Amino acid sequence: MNGLRKFIDNIKPQFEKGGRFSYLQSTFDAFETFLFVPNHTTRLGSHIRDYIDMKRTMSFVVIALIPTLLFGMWNVGYQHFLSMGESVTLWENFWFGFVKVLPIVVVSYGVGLGIEFIFAQIRGHEVNEGFLVSGMLIPLVLPPDVPLWMVAVATAFAVIIGKEVFGGTGMNILNPALTARAFLFFAYPQDMSGDKVWIAEHGDAMSGATPLGNLLTHQPLTTSASDMFWGFIPGSIGETSTFLILLGALFLIVTGVGSWRIIVSVFAGGFGLAAFFWAIAPYVAPDNAYMALQPWYHLIMGGFAFGAVYMATDPVTAAQTNRGKWIYGVLIGVMAVLIRVLNPAYPEGMMLAILLLNVFAPLIDHYVVEGNIKKRLKRIPVKA
Amino acid sequence: MSKKITIKKGFNIPLAGEAEKTITPIQAGHYAIKPIDFVGVFPKVLVHEGDKVQAGSALFFDKYRENIRFTAPVSGTVKEIRRGAKRVLLEITIEADDIPEYVDFGKANPTSLSREKIVEKLLQSGVWPFIRQRPYSVIANPADDPKAIFISGFDTHPLAPDYNLIVEGQGTDFQTGIDALKKLTSGIVHLNLQQETTPSPVFSNAKNVQINWIAGPHPAGNVGTQINKIDPINKGEVVWYLRPQEVITIGRLFNEGRFNAERIIALTGSEILKPHYIRTHLGATIAGMIRNNVNNGKVRYISGNALTGRKIDSIGYIGFYDSQVTVLPEGDYYEMLGWALPGVGKFSFSDAFPNFLNGKNKKYQLDTNMHGGHRAFVMTGRMEKVFPFDIYPLQLIKSIMVEDIDEMEKLGIYEVDEEDFALIEYIDTSKTEIQTIVRKGIDLMRKEMS
Repeated sequence: MNGLRKFIDNIKPQFEKGGRFSYLQSTFDAFETFLFVPNHTTRLGSHIRDYIDMKRTMSFVVIALIPTLLFGMWNVGYQHFLSMGESVTLWENFWFGFVKVLPIVVVSYGVGLGIEFIFAQIRGHEVNEGFLVSGMLIPLVLPPDVPLWMVAVATAFAVIIGKEVFGGTGMNILNPALTARAFLFFAYPQDMSGDKVWIAEHGDAMSGATPLGNLLTHQPLTTSASDMFWGFIPGSIGETSTFLILLGALFLIVTGVGSWRIIVSVFAGGFGLAAFFWAIAPYVAPDNAYMALQPWYHLIMGGFAFGAVYMATDPVTAAQTNRGKWIYGVLIGVMAVLIRVLNPAYPEGMMLAILLLNVFAPLIDHYVVEGNIKKRLKRIPVKA
Repeated sequence: MSKKITIKKGFNIPLAGEAEKTITPIQAGHYAIKPIDFVGVFPKVLVHEGDKVQAGSALFFDKYRENIRFTAPVSGTVKEIRRGAKRVLLEITIEADDIPEYVDFGKANPTSLSREKIVEKLLQSGVWPFIRQRPYSVIANPADDPKAIFISGFDTHPLAPDYNLIVEGQGTDFQTGIDALKKLTSGIVHLNLQQETTPSPVFSNAKNVQINWIAGPHPAGNVGTQINKIDPINKGEVVWYLRPQEVITIGRLFNEGRFNAERIIALTGSEILKPHYIRTHLGATIAGMIRNNVNNGKVRYISGNALTGRKIDSIGYIGFYDSQVTVLPEGDYYEMLGWALPGVGKFSFSDAFPNFLNGKNKKYQLDTNMHGGHRAFVMTGRMEKVFPFDIYPLQLIKSIMVEDIDEMEKLGIYEVDEEDFALIEYIDTSKTEIQTIVRKGIDLMRKEMS
């Protein structure tokens, strides 16, 4: 450890202003602070500071995502061999998926972090850790068969247009990972929807549609609720297992990294509207399969749970006031179900619901804060 | 109408090094008044190096409010008038006489004096600067009629001195001080005491005040929190506040007829070998207190507490408003993968550390390391957990950063002081210097409104 520290101290001057590699200062700083918490001491204000920092916070979100990633890898293999009509061992399933998914993760991180480092250097900033999470989220919301060049283009689009043009981490309006997905969805719909893309190297032994997609084509729902809950269904890499997503949610809530208000309210909003539709379905639209769906199915199908736990909770793009978070969460759940049910041309409502509410989050906060301001004004005694 | 209030948001930082409840008298020898302690004051010096002064002799006054004078806390010789960059006056130091001499301001009973007489006496003796006001947290304006005066009878900062011990046996002076303050306002004098502890009879027997009972963790003891919960400040209103020891100094001025700046301060912190209380005078140097009483290694000396105090050097002087010295280890070291390790034994407000493994009563040796690099604001909902005001802290901070005066006013800048944001700064994931930002906002507001 001391040797490593000495080595870093030795080469550090070359990366500082005037050094040979000063154009790599942000990059050097990112790696140095990755290895060592810096020796900076407090100057002004409080003399002591909490141990919590952005690295720990962000790395906890990544930890919460790892179960879904590992399961996603296995499931990619499982669905592939299932569609071929073959049955193989757990490790063969996992290995197939690993080989499929790892390149997507590598491309997402490589492209995204590369751009982040360049922007940090141009701005003379330290590299923010936000992309550690985005870079993991992007692969998890993509179909396993997505071409790698699309991952690269979408990531670049999300980081540059979705984030850096607004000023970088903390300033963006839309969730970067969802921006990447939305970009692909609208630019290359044939690779992002339908029933061909959700199973890697799809065989012919079964249809490749997701349960959500099945309903669209008026086919009966053949998947059991338990398969959907545990995740043995085709879909985006990380979104299938509601169980592991809830496990991640528990971890985020217990460690205080994710907002329980948002997670709970998204599920509540979605369930509420789905229940309402379910109740009225026989009377208003008997042939709308989405409307007739029992409400809990909405929560375990598609990207609902994944979006609620990992996407809606992005603190930068969510509402920032506690009261605003409730409103924001409920509206996401409501919008997601609304889009699924009333616009059946597009079964996955979660992505658009979150992006829409990302845009409205500042407005929600505005009215919440305005309420506080009005309260303060009312306090002023009326002068006689 | 006494009020009972429970503060829920906030927490106490369990620092190691609490002062043992024994009081040792120390003749510090050297004392100083530091203009930097007085926000917004532009000092005009009245003495020269080598001048003889008595306790209560004027040292300087405020150029913008000439009636506000700052006087010597002890008698002796003006040793140094120390200036910094651009000739900014840093401190006026006094080498104390062996036998103290006092300027005689005349004994009086404040209940029989007029408001003008009381104000005049306070101004002349240099006791006035103890009285501060919200908004802006600056020395009060004698011409104002504050809607209330607040005295917080306890301090919840880390390792804060126990006011019950400090005021022991000084009930008469405390009461006289309150009687004088009562004359300065047409409103109420609030004395706020802690529900969880038994207050000294000096407090509980006080007359002429409304006693309010406050429960809960830090910042329950902050006067800003108490004002917000009891009688919040609206635009155009002024509230004055001071601390119990300062009330006692006012009382002594009337009972003894002199500026008796005797002080009891708590010497605290994990790096102090024998933390305890010290009887000395206002502005004393810490040199004698820390001699043979500090751990080896690099340490930081703080006048005040770990959250809001000011860094001083090992021969530095205690600030005008401080009754505490904290000595902490410096944190200028690298920690390998510190952010990734499980972090057992580290104290954190965040649940991303396994605090539950450490037990509830553990005291921690915390150092001055930032524990991370400066980042953009990302996390939300955390500040609100330690901020009991009915104010949106993040929104207020952002309005200050963009210097939006209207928004700052609407969001409640008049009610806050930087110390109210100290806990927010402590827990902040982005490592932003929030107290500095808030102070800038308050200063900006004050400039705009004058």
